Amino acid sequence: MANEDACGPATPVLSIRNLAISLPYGGDRLNAVQEISFDVLPGKIVCLLGESGSGKSVIANAVMGLLSPGLLPTTGSIRLQGRELIGTPEAELRKLRGPSMAMVFQEPMTALNPVVTCGEQIGEMLSQHVRMGRAARRQATLDIMRRVHLPDPERIYASYPHQLSGGQRQRIVIAIALILKPALLICDEPTTALDVTTQAEILELIRELQTQNNTAVLFITHDFGVVAEIADQVAVLELGHMIEQGDKHEVLTRPRQPYTRMLLDAVPELSLRKRQPLPEADPLLLARKLSKAYATGSWPLGQRLVHALQDASVSVRPRETVGIVGESGSGKSTLARCIARLIEPTSGDIEANGRSVAHLRGRQLSPFRRDVQVIFQDPYRSLNPRQTVGSSIVEGPINFGVPRAQAWSRAEELMGLVRLRPEVLSRYPSEFSGGQRQRISIARALACEPKLLIADEAVSALDVSVQAQILALLEEIQRLTSIGILFITHDLRVASQICDRVIVMHQGRIVEEGLVSDVFFAPREDYTKRLLAAAPGRDFSFARSTEAAQDPVYPKSQHVRVRGATDSKGFTV
Amino acid sequence: MADARLLSSLVAVEPLVPRRRPSLLRRVISNWSVRLGGGVLGVLILAALFAPWLGTIDPTAMDPGSGNLLPGTRGDFTSFDGDVIPHWFIMGTDSLGRDIWSRALYGARVSITVGIAVAMLALVLGLCVGLTAGYFRRIDGIVMRVMDGVMAIPAILFAVSLVALFGGTLLMVIVAIAVPEIPRVARLVRSVVLSLREEPYVEAAIALDTPTWKILLRHILPNAIAPLVIQGTYVCASAILVEAILSFLGVGLPAEMPTWGNIMAEGRSQFNQFPHNVLFPGIFLALTVLSVNVLGDGLRDTLDPKFNKRTE
Repeated sequence: MANEDACGPATPVLSIRNLAISLPYGGDRLNAVQEISFDVLPGKIVCLLGESGSGKSVIANAVMGLLSPGLLPTTGSIRLQGRELIGTPEAELRKLRGPSMAMVFQEPMTALNPVVTCGEQIGEMLSQHVRMGRAARRQATLDIMRRVHLPDPERIYASYPHQLSGGQRQRIVIAIALILKPALLICDEPTTALDVTTQAEILELIRELQTQNNTAVLFITHDFGVVAEIADQVAVLELGHMIEQGDKHEVLTRPRQPYTRMLLDAVPELSLRKRQPLPEADPLLLARKLSKAYATGSWPLGQRLVHALQDASVSVRPRETVGIVGESGSGKSTLARCIARLIEPTSGDIEANGRSVAHLRGRQLSPFRRDVQVIFQDPYRSLNPRQTVGSSIVEGPINFGVPRAQAWSRAEELMGLVRLRPEVLSRYPSEFSGGQRQRISIARALACEPKLLIADEAVSALDVSVQAQILALLEEIQRLTSIGILFITHDLRVASQICDRVIVMHQGRIVEEGLVSDVFFAPREDYTKRLLAAAPGRDFSFARSTEAAQDPVYPKSQHVRVRGATDSKGFTV
Repeated sequence: MADARLLSSLVAVEPLVPRRRPSLLRRVISNWSVRLGGGVLGVLILAALFAPWLGTIDPTAMDPGSGNLLPGTRGDFTSFDGDVIPHWFIMGTDSLGRDIWSRALYGARVSITVGIAVAMLALVLGLCVGLTAGYFRRIDGIVMRVMDGVMAIPAILFAVSLVALFGGTLLMVIVAIAVPEIPRVARLVRSVVLSLREEPYVEAAIALDTPTWKILLRHILPNAIAPLVIQGTYVCASAILVEAILSFLGVGLPAEMPTWGNIMAEGRSQFNQFPHNVLFPGIFLALTVLSVNVLGDGLRDTLDPKFNKRTE
């Protein structure tokens, strides 16, 4: 890194110089990454930060020698403890993986073998690289399980991955990676698939073990909160170029590059935002004591009821954004799907327009369907790949009896609202990026002129910069149409920025409910407090440009990287 | 949308550059298995269509005087009416003096018709069964158990008994071969539908109040077509084989009809002396089935959603 003098003469564990990796012919750019140079010193954590497609994982895989066929390092060098890795034969690399370098992957369930016990999977690392007896191996395995703070190691030793929770599985993966005390640990988004409270524990664990062993860590993430929490040094990647690197505080508080500044501005703050007071009005929708139970098992073992949702009550008024936050399995999506009547609640009542809709079926639901629309999480699956964008958007209005021509002209107007060109209507979803698809999904939902929009993790799968735009778009739409929004998210920062009221859910029940200012800044329940404490990087103040600080959700145009020219109407070409 | 000025404060960062990706047709055509299989199959189909102009004579006409000629013999063919036609017996003749080349080409008509018709019939019926079973949970159990029952019947045995009962017409042979294929197609369609109905775009369509028939037709069916087309090629290949087997056993189409199975059955008794009677129709049969299967493999490589799930 640049500040070698500050770190003394310590020799770097990993040293990458001028690395370029080419993409196969027909890729969206010539090189996956190029001109990459950085060092990882012993006992330091270097974070590679970048949005999806920036080439972070390619670098990690190149170090481990796990590049997919077709990707080849063309120039540069990767040195691990002074030894050149590029060109090293596979057999040699295999000897290094484990004792010298190890990797922790994003999804622990797929990183572990489902038919081998966890203990054996950890022990396999020892039997591959170290000569030791069976009993000694078992002892070493149990020791490392204790060190990664797994409860009851004896039991977990004999457990299969599916019997453990996500956090426990990730601990096993970390144990496998660290049992041979490698000099370099590569973590590729190790906490992205985990809940926020689990994430905090895993980050703490990585920090702790890294300090004990003086391990060098290359940590890959797209999450600024995680970076603030764990990094010593940060390197920012933009489309395969390393545009900025340096000390964590330097990069996060005094970014030099406009791209870094734009990313930082787009990071939603966990802070109270002034929202206009809402006029008193009758709720658009009132859900009372909703419950949903699923039956599992059958005769002769007997049925068991799983309560996904218990006694949840929600109301949304016009112009109001109600957030539902909680970890995975907390029942927030079940609540949303009940309210959207995609599933029928087991008990409870939903009232919309003075009419109870909780147990209506088929055609009876038509008037309700028009009023309530849903935006889904995965932008890649929420649009029919075999239907043009236009026919997806006009489908709803035509179902509700709007004449075809009128529906199409309305669709063109909506394209303007979601900042896409009207020509888009004749294209297929595969031609668009995730953010653009999410805009199309929003247009589809708005085409029916609903009164309530349910956004089920609508921005969770998007990069921060795109996420900020979609949030801004939703607010804008709310301002123009006085629509009510039910916003489901696991991200407390996002919730604090967009919501008027929030509902905290845990294990199928509502734990706490109230204004953002009360729930997030004066929480009463223990669970809410724990959730808030776990939000990564919550005490870190990121650099923000002055205008952005007043209105953090909007990316300001001067910081926005506009790849195409903008014409007079503000459409991007 | 009135407040355009207000809206222009939001700058869309992402440019609208459609990711250039070769069209589906282009990808399919550029696959070598598709080119090879499709090419050979195309030549066979053309040969069958233009059989009368490809140096053939009436495939059912007999001339006992020129029986068991070896391949490549040039001679005269005396028809039943006494007309003498000079003819080049490219593939020789059978014991009754029928021209093998003519019979094989006309036989291709029967085989390809049977293959395509069976594939179509099995696909259409299997699709209907699979769609209903996959989308409507209530009748799924009953329909699929019936399908399991059909699957338990040995295909050839079923065809033999059906033809024995109702006579060996082309239609009956097609039905007899298609029925046992239906459960396989239905299972495939059902499994595809089961996963498609959980897709968010199907849920979105439900939220948009789209009627169920429209969801099936517009959102489920088009996304289930690719695996169906692939399955269709395999059904087609197996149908051609089964038809040949039935004819060979003498329980398919009537013996006087020129089909590859019939030609082989006819030549079987003197295979030792005159192997060409069995060899040439056998080559046609193998070539056809192989090309259909190669075509199917190529289509699977290019169309199968497993290979291009994210990019589709």
